[in-house]
Amino acid sequence: MSVNKDIFDPARDANYDFQSAGKPETGWVKSDQLPDTLVPTHCCFCGVQCGMYLRVSNGQVTGVEPRDYPHNRGALCPKGIVAYQQVNHPDRLRYPLIRRGGKGGKLERASWDEALDYIANRWQALQQQHGKDSVAIYSGSSMTNEKCYLMGKFARVGLRTRHIDYNGRLCMSSAGVAYAKAFGLDRAPFPMTDIPETNCILVAGSNVAECFPVMMQWLWRARDNGAQLIVMDPRETPTARTADLWLPLRPGTDVAILNAIMRHIIVEGLTDEDYIATRTRDWEKVKAAVEPYTPEMAERIAGVPAKRIIAAAEIFGRASRSMVMHARGIEHSTHGVDNCLACINLSLARGQVGKQGGGVMMITGQGNGQGGREVGQKANQLPGYRHIDVLEERQEVAEVWGVPENEIPGEGAAATEMVKLMASGEIKSCLVICSNLMVSLPDNAVVARALDNLDPLVVIDFFMSETAERADVVLPGSVWCEDEGTTTNLEGRVIKINRAADPPGEARRDWEIVSELARRLGRGQFFDFHSSRDIFDELRRASKGGIADYSGITWEKIDRQSGVFWPCKTEDDSGSPRLFSERFAHKDGLARFHPITYTPAAEEPNEAFPLRLTTGRVVYHYLSGNQTRRLGFLNGQAPEPWVEIHPTAAARFGIAHDDRVRVRTPRGQMELKAVVAPTIRPDTIFIPFHYGHQHAVNQLTNPAVEPTVKIPEYKVCAATLERIGSPLPSTQQHATENLTPANAPRMFPYTIGETKGPAAILRKADDAH
Amino acid sequence: MPIDTLFVDPSRCIGCRACEAACRECDSHKGESMIMVDFIDRGLTVATQPTVCMHCESPVAPCAQVCPVLAILITPEGVVQQADASRCIACRNCVYACPFGVPKIDLNARLMKKCNLCYDRTSQDLQPWCAQACPTDALWYGTYEQFTHERNGAAVRQTDFGTQTVRTRVYHVLPADESRLRVGIDEAGAVLSGEGAQQEEPWIL
Repeated sequence: MSVNKDIFDPARDANYDFQSAGKPETGWVKSDQLPDTLVPTHCCFCGVQCGMYLRVSNGQVTGVEPRDYPHNRGALCPKGIVAYQQVNHPDRLRYPLIRRGGKGGKLERASWDEALDYIANRWQALQQQHGKDSVAIYSGSSMTNEKCYLMGKFARVGLRTRHIDYNGRLCMSSAGVAYAKAFGLDRAPFPMTDIPETNCILVAGSNVAECFPVMMQWLWRARDNGAQLIVMDPRETPTARTADLWLPLRPGTDVAILNAIMRHIIVEGLTDEDYIATRTRDWEKVKAAVEPYTPEMAERIAGVPAKRIIAAAEIFGRASRSMVMHARGIEHSTHGVDNCLACINLSLARGQVGKQGGGVMMITGQGNGQGGREVGQKANQLPGYRHIDVLEERQEVAEVWGVPENEIPGEGAAATEMVKLMASGEIKSCLVICSNLMVSLPDNAVVARALDNLDPLVVIDFFMSETAERADVVLPGSVWCEDEGTTTNLEGRVIKINRAADPPGEARRDWEIVSELARRLGRGQFFDFHSSRDIFDELRRASKGGIADYSGITWEKIDRQSGVFWPCKTEDDSGSPRLFSERFAHKDGLARFHPITYTPAAEEPNEAFPLRLTTGRVVYHYLSGNQTRRLGFLNGQAPEPWVEIHPTAAARFGIAHDDRVRVRTPRGQMELKAVVAPTIRPDTIFIPFHYGHQHAVNQLTNPAVEPTVKIPEYKVCAATLERIGSPLPSTQQHATENLTPANAPRMFPYTIGETKGPAAILRKADDAH
Repeated sequence: MPIDTLFVDPSRCIGCRACEAACRECDSHKGESMIMVDFIDRGLTVATQPTVCMHCESPVAPCAQVCPVLAILITPEGVVQQADASRCIACRNCVYACPFGVPKIDLNARLMKKCNLCYDRTSQDLQPWCAQACPTDALWYGTYEQFTHERNGAAVRQTDFGTQTVRTRVYHVLPADESRLRVGIDEAGAVLSGEGAQQEEPWIL
């Protein structure tokens, strides 16, 4: 949870703080006029993708206006409101940079031709000498479907390498696999507008209020209608604070509680036997698997009173319509897939999935986290959620791309595995786009070594990130509103991002950069795109017949009906907001139960490291913070990370509120400010993850991954604390003033007898000496 | 269209400060924020609360009443405006008079500034930016009738500061069984406060 910003800035006086501090300034400073046009678009940040208008005057983006879109109804969180300030930001990269003097040298200005030719020549030489797979692509999900699709095609057709993966691997890949296993299709099965129709919401491992603020209005509408809210979270987050029932479990013990709830539902006869018999398979296995999970056993494992677990089971089990929502809290785990399947089991056992006002929903985190994993930039996937190892599916895509099927490479390494291949020298060069590995990957000392092993490391970004600092070539790209295209939000709603400005300086649109690289690699005939719409049209054809079928979606249809939910198979098809109402996506139409048992986290506390460290977001920042840390208003609220400690634990380590402390884990250590508050379990500490360099919590986290999908266990590792000393004096630059006799406003601007004339000038001169 | 009013529900506030960010974007204040979000006590809880001008109705606008130069004007709809720049002498009487701690002083402009209910928007039948942006509807704009139809909780517009009562245009949302907000000390001198967190069995083992 966030903290009072006064801990970073004790001298601040709220009475004189108009919140106008920080760079860049609001649009008002540059342009005191009404906008010429309002460009309808969406926010660039989290998976909710709120609708917004950008104010544009004289071709410059100057502000933001509310847009009443079905899922955000005009609301925006603080990130959305200041998102527009990225456009003309002074930190924008405006020209290509290249490290001419080799690894020790400096990044220097280069022309596009020099930079692109250098990359193309190096890649061709490397691929000739070490094979096609010596060059890799590390992509991201906070960009449009068009760009994500292009990256997948660029790797397989442009570079012909098998190594492409993306940062969604670190986000919700475990949930994606769980949904594919259970339902045969990986998408949240209902729109947010269904939430008010439910009677009970069980939130497992998601701080909805801070990570998806605008989604909270739907939870509250449900609560206004009488729904009860149960939250499983080791911290008293703003989501948990007012919940009807809060289960403050130990990080990593979710399955114990979920299985205990399931067992109670079975014992009390609250399962929907008709539904289980007609719509699911493998129920008996689950029944047997949860039998040992008595509330007392769950209490022992999870550290939550058995009575409250029973209470949760009673509320959830007796609600006629119930929803389970989950996010990174259970997904960032070495058993993340199991955690999600345990949630799915609960919802299936109650016969909720496919029912209006019921079901299970993964809350995808990144802006285009849903779309990014469907359009073929994942190591084992081709567009339309096709599998790269299934011959027919390869043939379908090969036909659209105009390449022989056998030229499409096979499955590559997962993002987390790619780092190991970079370190071992198997991958010689990597193109990073829309990702900041130095902040986002666990145990980042290893990541640094891996990146430094690459020659060249190429980064496309619009701000200098912690990763771009290590690059040999940095190419300046575009922010979201300098290009157009589609994204798919956490509901599976495909929406349209519109262009409001042009990239500054020599910066270019990302798809233009990548297409140009392909041309210089001699593969231009496959990348003959003249607009993002060309790419979207090809994506529609490439996804036709796949699970995530976009073929019936047009930009016009998105505008007409405020978003289109995939699958959408024909021009007349209005899309599929609600899934599984009659059948699931498996061939037999049935959902699968999966028996789940509790496995402890990869690293449990021990004598030397007696605490559990968990990491997460704060409301003011997005992912690696490369964007939000540059926006003064947001950064002013949370300029550096802190460690949240329960008073009991703080007393044990002799730590007081505000002290500087050192947090150590087997990987490393870092210094932080302590926030001592009873809003967290006494055996757990929390550090937000949005920061770089010495402030990166990923110096400490455990690189252990889930064995099948390779998602890292960010949410639990063993740690210990030690006090360093009292707080340092504030270094914050704030535009606030405290009233003193010297600067207090006087009733009259001049003292009696004083004039504006020479006397005042003289006095000024005196003051100067 | 008449101008409606705001409803402030601290139980829903998540401390995200979208209202502060949004207030800066409004044409009324051009880059400055007139709304405050405060942590109640971060050492105990994550609870936060937004503070907007309550637009006092009875007694009418204490800030305006104490203004020696009649700089704080009230619209016919009862919206209390920030000080008129051509009149304000930055004497800070309004700051001391306001029971809610709302007016701010801009030292450089020598001007009192405060929330004016986004008058340029609300008079045009739009919502104030803060309520429009609020992701959780902790700040909500509309009529009392709409509110009670759509939402739970008691909307109250009466605040007792000890023995002094102020009725405001803006509502606070309290638990359903509360009819007034009481702060300070009562006639007998006893400190008024909520019952506080009752001792209960531990939640965490």
